[in-house]
Amino acid sequence: MLTKRIIPCLDIKDGRTVKGINFIDLRDAGDPVELAEIYAKSGADELVFLDISATEEKRKTLANLVRRVAEKVNIPFTVGGGISSVEDVDILLKNGADKVSVNSSAVKNPDLINKLAAKFGSQCITVAIDAKQINDEWMVHLVGGKVPTDLNLFQWAKEVENRGAGEILFTSMNNDGTKAGFANEALAVLSSTLNIPIIASGGAGNMQHFTDAFLEGKADAALAASVFHFKEIEIKDLKEELLRNGVEVRL
Amino acid sequence: MKIVIIDYGAGNIQSIKFAVKRLGYDAVLSSDAEEIRRADKVIFPGVGEASSAMKMLKSTGLDKVILTLKQPVLGICLGMQLMCTYCEEGDTDGLGIFHADVVKFNNNLKVPQIGWNKIFDLKSDLFTGISEGEFVYLVHSFYVKECEEAIASTEYGVEYTSAIQKDNFYGVQFHPEKSSDAGEKILENFLKLEIRN
Repeated sequence: MLTKRIIPCLDIKDGRTVKGINFIDLRDAGDPVELAEIYAKSGADELVFLDISATEEKRKTLANLVRRVAEKVNIPFTVGGGISSVEDVDILLKNGADKVSVNSSAVKNPDLINKLAAKFGSQCITVAIDAKQINDEWMVHLVGGKVPTDLNLFQWAKEVENRGAGEILFTSMNNDGTKAGFANEALAVLSSTLNIPIIASGGAGNMQHFTDAFLEGKADAALAASVFHFKEIEIKDLKEELLRNGVEVRL
Repeated sequence: MKIVIIDYGAGNIQSIKFAVKRLGYDAVLSSDAEEIRRADKVIFPGVGEASSAMKMLKSTGLDKVILTLKQPVLGICLGMQLMCTYCEEGDTDGLGIFHADVVKFNNNLKVPQIGWNKIFDLKSDLFTGISEGEFVYLVHSFYVKECEEAIASTEYGVEYTSAIQKDNFYGVQFHPEKSSDAGEKILENFLKLEIRN
């Protein structure tokens, strides 16, 4: 049976790990490669690196980091943050990334998803969607939740699937940084209406939240950052707890 | 020991090279027929779409090269699928080394299958030191049907062939280079296989 995945997310700025609280305030939490190795050994199923730097050297710095991670780490990892072209993806995959995640660039240019899926295969194209619930409607947002769009989450997610995405990383901006749990209702709708895996993101605060994301939210994977970075939750303990709750995981 | 990873434009092959390096060996990427023939071990990777990958192999003549190899050959993911009789993806014939067809997962499942799943019914020296039910990392939308040559099976809606062997040819659907310690052990077992003539 395919197991549910636990994915620590490492936010990267200028080659260092940071974690945004609601994506605005940043705290430093160490060297990405070292942290990645620790997570791989501690039972993480996958890793996500989200680059939030905005420098001219960004592309080169990220490619170097990807290469260093690929040399050391024996589990899969996804790289995202500012990826906007076929060429960007080509560089990252060639340096050893297993998957890439696109967000704003897919909203601005949806055809990019088709191009990436055709060239590299759906299996390595994750589309990240940040959404916020406003007046009972889930609306897609850009730039870490700061810029609203007129796209409905569920319609956009369906379009993303139809265009060839292999997976969706859904972050609820209402939940992100709150440590009050994932957006399970929206997750369950996504998971039951789409035919590709859904990664839950935003809101992890305790182990029960992960159980809920899998059992109520029907997510295929759950992503979190600070609860892992600051050792509030050990992945091994989390997986034992999930197993006790009837969620299949790799232990 | 000379290890060659066949380079025919398939995706993420750096990871395989790095994994081999973590085991203390060096692998070279090559599309040169002579260099591939001279290798002690050949790894045939593959990420992407089946019919275009077969076209690439045919246009470079690598399809014929692979068929004549006598040393241990390991097809990974799409590499394994291309060594089968027929691939539903792009409606293409494969190399025909393994007598099995490759078909798409049922639509009531999430496709691609992405993540960690178990391998069981392990039957090969490729799995020395690997327990029944070990977890490996898989990313795929098409699968090799159950067959006589299976040396490992996995369940995802159906039971299917997740590793396969015929003579010196081996194939694994999972990514040993991304399957943590178990994957590295399987890769190491392959690199340590005795050369057969």
